[in-house]
Amino acid sequence: MSGKSLSLSLEVNGKSIVTEVSPLQRLSSVLRDELGLTGTKVGCDAGDCGACSVMVDGAVVCACLVPAAGLSGKSVRTVEGLSNGSLSALQESFLRHGAAQCGICTPGVLVSAAALLEQNPTPSETEVQDALGGVLCRCTGYRKIIEAVMNANRSVGVDASMVEQGHAVGASPIRLDGERKVNGTEIFGADERPADALSVAVVRSPHWHADFEIGDTEAFIAAHPGIVAVFTAADIPGENRFGVIPPFADQPALAEGRARFRGEAVALIAGERGAIEALDMDAFPIRWQELPHALTPDEARREGFADLHEGRAGNELTRGFVECGDPEGALSKAFVSVSGEIETSYVEHAYIEPEAGYAMMDGDMLVIKACTQAPYMDRDDTAKVLGLPPEKVRIVPLATGGGFGSKLDVSLQPLVGLVALKTGRPAAIVYTRGDSMRSTTKRHPATMRASIAADEAGRVTGMVFEGDFNTGAYASWGPTVANRVPVHASGPYRTPNYRATGRAIHTNGPISGAFRGFGVPQATIMQETLYDRLAEKLGRDRLEFRIENALADGDRTTCGQVLSGVGIRQCLEALKPHWARAQGEAEKANAREGRVRRGIGVASCWYGCGNTALPNPSTIRVGITASGAVMLHQGAVDIGQGSNTVVTQICADASGLPLSAFQLVGGDTGLTPDAGKTSASRQTYVTGKAAEKAGRALREKILRFANVSEGAAIALEDGALVISEGTERRRVALSDIEADAHGYAFSAEETYDPPTTALDEKGQGVPYAVYGYGAQLVELEVDTTLGTVRLLKITAAHDVGRAINPLLVEGQIEGGIAQGIGLALMEEYVPGRTENLHDYLIPTIGDVPPIETILVEVPDPEGPFGAKGLGEHVLIPTAPAILNAIRHAVGVEVTKVPATPSRILAAIRARENG
Amino acid sequence: MDYARPTELEEALGLLCTKRWSILAGGTDFYPALGAGPLRSDVLDINGLSALSGIEETETHFVIGARTSWSAVIGAALPPAFDMLKQAAREVGSVQIQNTATVAGNLCNASPAADGVPPLLALDAEVELRSAKGARHLPLSAFILGNRKTARADDELLTAIRVPKAATRGASGFVKLGARRYLVISIAMAAARVVPEGGRIAKAAISVGSCSAVAQRLSGLEARLEGVERPELRRTVMDYAFPELSPIDDVRGTAAYRREAAREIVIRALEQAWQGAGRSEVAA
Repeated sequence: MSGKSLSLSLEVNGKSIVTEVSPLQRLSSVLRDELGLTGTKVGCDAGDCGACSVMVDGAVVCACLVPAAGLSGKSVRTVEGLSNGSLSALQESFLRHGAAQCGICTPGVLVSAAALLEQNPTPSETEVQDALGGVLCRCTGYRKIIEAVMNANRSVGVDASMVEQGHAVGASPIRLDGERKVNGTEIFGADERPADALSVAVVRSPHWHADFEIGDTEAFIAAHPGIVAVFTAADIPGENRFGVIPPFADQPALAEGRARFRGEAVALIAGERGAIEALDMDAFPIRWQELPHALTPDEARREGFADLHEGRAGNELTRGFVECGDPEGALSKAFVSVSGEIETSYVEHAYIEPEAGYAMMDGDMLVIKACTQAPYMDRDDTAKVLGLPPEKVRIVPLATGGGFGSKLDVSLQPLVGLVALKTGRPAAIVYTRGDSMRSTTKRHPATMRASIAADEAGRVTGMVFEGDFNTGAYASWGPTVANRVPVHASGPYRTPNYRATGRAIHTNGPISGAFRGFGVPQATIMQETLYDRLAEKLGRDRLEFRIENALADGDRTTCGQVLSGVGIRQCLEALKPHWARAQGEAEKANAREGRVRRGIGVASCWYGCGNTALPNPSTIRVGITASGAVMLHQGAVDIGQGSNTVVTQICADASGLPLSAFQLVGGDTGLTPDAGKTSASRQTYVTGKAAEKAGRALREKILRFANVSEGAAIALEDGALVISEGTERRRVALSDIEADAHGYAFSAEETYDPPTTALDEKGQGVPYAVYGYGAQLVELEVDTTLGTVRLLKITAAHDVGRAINPLLVEGQIEGGIAQGIGLALMEEYVPGRTENLHDYLIPTIGDVPPIETILVEVPDPEGPFGAKGLGEHVLIPTAPAILNAIRHAVGVEVTKVPATPSRILAAIRARENG
Repeated sequence: MDYARPTELEEALGLLCTKRWSILAGGTDFYPALGAGPLRSDVLDINGLSALSGIEETETHFVIGARTSWSAVIGAALPPAFDMLKQAAREVGSVQIQNTATVAGNLCNASPAADGVPPLLALDAEVELRSAKGARHLPLSAFILGNRKTARADDELLTAIRVPKAATRGASGFVKLGARRYLVISIAMAAARVVPEGGRIAKAAISVGSCSAVAQRLSGLEARLEGVERPELRRTVMDYAFPELSPIDDVRGTAAYRREAAREIVIRALEQAWQGAGRSEVAA
């Protein structure tokens, strides 16, 4: 933007400030870049997300839309100005209600809520929604935000210091990393930048599929003062192929002469910040030659369309397969059977934090600080691309403002890494919302067909499932989706005769990767909607039908795995009283004539925690310093879901040390061992189990040192361990103990890898060691004249084995449901068309109804303290339950999601017209 | 690139004669259009023109100054005929947007989904365009020419929106249809103003947005509704063919859906208006 020519004097958070700005500089940039107030976040730069909400003279505005020129003499308040030394009651309330998860939207939500409360100290739910309708949150599902604003004085969570020693598990301490999320001090990817950093602009393909030639970059550099260098694939020193699953790695960090999707990175321009900001990207010398493209699996398999990758005939990346019994026989001999097809859309993760971070050289070590879900995978992929040994790359995760699967893949890491390595200067990138949406992964669009059969007694006897998953231009997590879906497509129900095939098909669409559930949410829509039709054909109650077919301890899955600790039946039974009430209310409501019809629906989920039939270890280190601090090297990246808190709670109780003594050492690959990626609902279970083992090992070391028995209690007092057993009390001064290799007086490091087996050619084996279960009941209204849906209530029963932190569990459930609502009703990413947050719709605070959570705790014999994972489980039942409720309300099946008003009304009209 | 922030209208109009400027008011369309790219146009910032703020009542008109924000409209004391404009104001983006975005900017941006256009059409609004050469008044329907196209000349500034008092009789209603509760770009919307007389519609003004390149008044339907009693309202609308609309298929909905939904929301807007009219009749 134009040079700094305005001396602006204004008041910020009560302080008079004079600063040099350019008149059209956005207020968000004035705050962040000129004043260092990075508490105000930027999510879209377009007024679509509200993350940058601040008050100007008491009125809430999007700081990204306010020009500096108009601010003279104005008073601005940001999140940093909400607390006055100590947290405000509202901020405290957010902590105690668990209203902040990843924390990226929290400053905008807090400022908007504070403005409301200043006008109206006791707002109603609707008033809270009206005031916060302009701020998007992708983690919480908003319900805890509403509670926190309405009850700024009611306490729910407790301080860690109040948690009784040995009873951290099952308590709800407020998240251990919570305070910096509500006071604006959390450092996300875009919040830190070395002063001498180069900015990096990424040249991306504007075409679905095209060959390109890069022209005279020397002349381009010479013509643009401040531009320092241009890098292309030719500059990449290592192997220009990355990918989350090494045998399938196929994606170049910078494309080599051919781009396979719109948004693919083809070159980097590095320069001084001002020069990059002023750069006209159209001036970059590149010539494109478009190639034929395919955006759907059918197009990609058409006659004469070339394979996008050598060796992947018919553009099939891979397929997964599970078979048991005689599925055709079961279908042909069935008392009743149903068949159907479902199509789903691309779904964008839409975390409020676009990818951001920077790289710099520390001696011969390349250090990358960025948002991520998988620091060690980032390290290994970046090292491979840049031709460095992995130990010469250090990944320091900054706070991650939402991930949901997409930040498992590297994005900017090899790009900033390349610039830092080549220029020796730090290099930073902050993706725009458009870049983030164009270039990173999506949920796979699926086209599925299935048939399910049952006998006269209402028992499911067989199922056949086939699904094509549009995996886009590169492999990413396509193989995982293809393999996970066939294992789960039966749902948590006994299905003795079964065949399921999942295919991942390459297209020139966006890369489909990991998104909360890896294809299982799509497959569950297919199965659970067919279950409703099957129950109807059988004349059975839809909930009872599911209860009768639910898997139980000792049952075999379609993979032949014998299960234990199965809680699906308990979840479904927990819904029974709600089902009866909801059914009665719906009947009563529908007895009245009118355009609005009420419907209720139910659906289940099951989900295996961790990698599918592959190794998946986590390592946890815990040590006690000479001064008595307990350092937990916790590498399970907390992207808002709460692993920092949950893993610590587990380790505290396993070691017998007080929760409040623990300090976290984050997922810095230079400091902390590999706890694997934050995905597959594995952190509570797998890393939790490693933390349990490490905690017990630490305890054992201390007890052995003190020569006492297992029953002894350990306390920490002023740099000493106090070990007591019966009346005996022994004090061990920690400073007297010689430090171990890690510098600790006592430490332990343990690894846990789930006991799974590879699947055979029929998909038989033990793909997961632990499963979690759940079922949700949706009540809604359909307006039959407009096709609109109003959700009334969702009741969610989830078997989490053991709720390590019930408040965080609720937060996961509510947040997962919000994403399930989006999948069912509004989210449809159309490549090239919805690359922003106003055309791509995610639920707002007015779109999530009251949610009643029922925690079911059927302990898992393998999980730590009996715990199972739940992060992905929670969104799986929502969409099918919504579709089932729509069908109940108006008798139509919507076979393409999202079920937009347009599609619902078309289905109603199609039915009326026969 | 030039940037100017005049404080006098004459100065602004003088600058507009010199070259083509982008005009900056509330900024809520200006910045998103800019994206992450550099600024490439000369910008005339009208936020220093205090003369353009606020809503005034003259003998013949209600005059909404060009810098008036949606929040100011919501807070203004206006006759019930403006209720539809206030309802639309509450649906513009979010509170954050309403606090800065201007009504005039919404017209100048000329999006087919502009929330302000249907209610202002139903209020027979006209725009005041000023240049160094003088002023002209154009009916809103003649001002917005197409998707992102207006009749504003490069040397002109939209200085005010004028609503004739003759068009502020009766009460009004507004319905915006979207796929989520807040931050909605409409699939379709309808604004309706009704002047009742002895249980019948004496006059109706109806417009529909997002179902054509520019929001349309439904004059054919308005004529048919004259003299209609309330129980006949739905049938009258159902029988109307809506020839003014030319909806398209897009990511928010199909053309067929828009056609059908428009009919329904017109009925609802009329019913709201009629109810409001009932209230104001009682109140009077």
